Amino acid sequence: MKQEWKEKLKDFHPFKKYRESSPRFKSMVLINVSMFIFCGLFFFMIVYLSVFVSTSTIDLYNNSYNNREEIQIKNVCRGTIYSSDGEVLAETRYDENGNEFRYYPYGSMFAHAVGYSVNGRMGIEHDANYYLMHTGASLSERVNNDLENVKNPGFDVNSTLSVDLQKVADDYLGLYNGAVIVSEAKTGRILVMLSHPDFNPGTICEDWETITTTPGGSQLVNRATQGLYPPGSTFKIITALEYYREHPNDWQDYNYVCNGHIEHDNYRVSCIYGSVHGELDLKGSFARSCNSSFVNIGLSLDRDDWSNTMEDLYFNSPLPTGLLSNTSRAYIGTGSTDYDIMQTAIGQGKTLMTPLHLNMITQAIANGGVMMRPYMIDSITDENGKVIRSYQPDSVGRVMSEEEAEFLNELMRAVVTDGTAKVLNNDSYTVAGKTGTAEFAEDINESHAWFTAFAPADDPEICVTIIIEKAGTGVEYAVPLAKRIFDAYFAAK
Amino acid sequence: MQITLKFYVIELSKYVITVFMLLYTTLAVVCNFSQKKKLVSVLTSVQSGLMLLLLFLCFLDMTFVSGREEYLYLFAFITLFLFFMITIVSIIYDKSDRILLNNMALLSGMGLCIVSRLSFAKAFRQYIITLLSFAVCLAIPFLIDRLRFFRKLLWLYAASGIIILSLVLLTGRKTHGAFITYTIKGFTFQPSEFVKIIFLFFLAALLYKYNSFKWILISAVISGIYVIILVLSKDLGSALIFFVAYVMIVVMSTHNYLYLLSGLVGGAAASIVAYRMFDHVKVRVVAFLDPWTYIDDQAYQITQSLFAISSGGWFGNGLMQGRPSDIPFVDQDLVFSAVCEEFGLLFAICLLVICLCCFCRMMILSASIADKFYQTVVYGIGIMYIFQVFLTVGGGTKFIPLTGVTLPFISSGGSSVMTTYIMFFIVQGIVIKSRNYEARVERKT
Repeated sequence: MKQEWKEKLKDFHPFKKYRESSPRFKSMVLINVSMFIFCGLFFFMIVYLSVFVSTSTIDLYNNSYNNREEIQIKNVCRGTIYSSDGEVLAETRYDENGNEFRYYPYGSMFAHAVGYSVNGRMGIEHDANYYLMHTGASLSERVNNDLENVKNPGFDVNSTLSVDLQKVADDYLGLYNGAVIVSEAKTGRILVMLSHPDFNPGTICEDWETITTTPGGSQLVNRATQGLYPPGSTFKIITALEYYREHPNDWQDYNYVCNGHIEHDNYRVSCIYGSVHGELDLKGSFARSCNSSFVNIGLSLDRDDWSNTMEDLYFNSPLPTGLLSNTSRAYIGTGSTDYDIMQTAIGQGKTLMTPLHLNMITQAIANGGVMMRPYMIDSITDENGKVIRSYQPDSVGRVMSEEEAEFLNELMRAVVTDGTAKVLNNDSYTVAGKTGTAEFAEDINESHAWFTAFAPADDPEICVTIIIEKAGTGVEYAVPLAKRIFDAYFAAK
Repeated sequence: MQITLKFYVIELSKYVITVFMLLYTTLAVVCNFSQKKKLVSVLTSVQSGLMLLLLFLCFLDMTFVSGREEYLYLFAFITLFLFFMITIVSIIYDKSDRILLNNMALLSGMGLCIVSRLSFAKAFRQYIITLLSFAVCLAIPFLIDRLRFFRKLLWLYAASGIIILSLVLLTGRKTHGAFITYTIKGFTFQPSEFVKIIFLFFLAALLYKYNSFKWILISAVISGIYVIILVLSKDLGSALIFFVAYVMIVVMSTHNYLYLLSGLVGGAAASIVAYRMFDHVKVRVVAFLDPWTYIDDQAYQITQSLFAISSGGWFGNGLMQGRPSDIPFVDQDLVFSAVCEEFGLLFAICLLVICLCCFCRMMILSASIADKFYQTVVYGIGIMYIFQVFLTVGGGTKFIPLTGVTLPFISSGGSSVMTTYIMFFIVQGIVIKSRNYEARVERKT
């Protein structure tokens, strides 16, 4: 082999003239080797560059240190954002002087979901910025536009948001602070993304001063994805899941007698409103949201396994989504005291969760254990309606087994049939859910009201997650909102 | 009608420019490795035509976008200059290498075009220096052909290089944190550029005569002094170029792979020491490893460069339609990113391939030279040239840490352009001398 190669090399000009042992020949070989080394080096660099350009363009375009948008601002008219039912959510208009401005027909209703595009960007205006600012106009159209000194139309964005459902949620939430997320159970498409207090994206420039200087004003924070709240009783979903994992075959044998409170190590945890639940199995404890029973369960759980279960569900790690979100926190470990365990079991203590995260877990349960990546952009089209890019449902992976999802479905169903969310028990659709009351102060009326649910229970279509700040209990405030959303959703079908 | 045409040119020129560049590059690669003399002479003429079209389109585009007719005058000047350069060199030195000459003309022309686009003010200075460089270079092949003492000045080379570099280190002016420039009567030089040539002649003069371990050690000590002075001047890019050129030349000349190994080990050790000792080395590495964290500070330059490249995509934003001036020092260290932004990645890759063609041509020519002194000089020039291209392109694209050297021919900067011109004409001179010699030998036999 080597001999053959050398023979070939000898025939190759200018090697053939020289003997192999001569210094001249050796220098030639080395010169050729250097040539190949650098050609190889450049080859890798070119491949690297090609990959870089074809993969990172959109990401880098949205970086706030990148001023390249100025190039497009000069000759592209920012595209329109539509709801899933074809309503305009944001569009570019011109005033009588020919000045461009961004118009939001629904005012503050989609403030956080659609976002704004001046003084920074957020929401869909941020996520789809690259497409909104690039044009699909053909060459002749572009030349015509150049001639008439008109800007080229940017790509349009079709979102997954539903105007009708968003309106129901917005009206009900009213002056309360809080957040509502509604997503499709099988796809992860987001139908409603609401956060209060809100702002008017159309006048954000004028209001900027007020918004940013008002003390305690956090209108710009999207509570649905960034708000970190104690999950309260909704966290019992995770505690119950861990109990099931440790007792897959005998969880039905669980038995506990509630006398209104539980004491352990001089700590005392009471059931809400001083209720006394009496004798309960696991399903009953969950349905009636018995704190004492769940503290009892929590104290019996294996700490490492429990911690693993929480990691599986994306606690303490960034959520697998392109949406701007915060990381939920929950900690169980060797350093935890019994008091920490008691608090964590019922979603209190140091446990904090975003509404988006709870919605994703609910969605996974509804979808047989497979979590879907939540998304708000359905497709990008040019001004003729031709689809440039369409976004498909994307699975994050299985976060729990089918049996586990089935088990939690059964428990959540019981909450509606004979538990805390009985209001939702009707004939037109079946709901499964979990209420929560997150205490962060002594006064019970200062609690946050939680509710997370999906329907229909046997073949889930949508998942609703609601938090209403300082409204009291989930049962009283969050559940009725869920009812209105489900009513509106199933009435439209 | 005329106005419509104008907008068609603005919208379409970037695609046509890319196509012309692809064609030119294909021809360059074919010529480089072809043995058929007649074919090559036809193809090189076609190349000259493509070059003209390419530059015409670039300047027409710039005229239309900016609305300034001055660009057409610049085009006329560049075309005349390149035409003059190619013809006069071909006539005076009929044995010169046309393939290398063509590529050099294209790179120089594109360089002038890009400098004109980036800064009208700097462009004027660049034109003068290019003209001056060419005038100086025209004499080089003649001198190399006639003078025989170049190989005898070993100690003069060694001493003068060190003296010049130390003078700059001790008395030079600080430019952007590095002691690399020297001002005489209003003209600012970057002497490390010119010292490259002296260094190559020093190595060639030593190695053609001595091959023993003792002499390699002596050469290592002297080269080490060069490199250390450059590192102390914070001119890391040049220090690396000198080091790599030294190792490659010694290995090529002694045929001993052990020197390559010790060079690699020594280089790695020196890098670690430099990383520990010098903050300016640390900053570069930090900016390379995690640019997004330090985006508003140490990594501002590299991230802005990445924005430019990604914004250009495959076909670019079109001439004068990007924002290359957002990148600090874009006309010098990061000119490649400006090329990517406005001409697109395809064009930029073609540019890289043409640089590689120049290098490969030098390697092929070097292999054909019988005289070891001159062979080493040509080899060294090739290595220095391509390694510098690699450093600046790799650095600006985050393929390797940024070191801050110029892209030969393309970057603005007088010393860089003049040195590169001199280097390329030294290669031409040596090739002419070698071909003349071969012709004489053939006539005798």
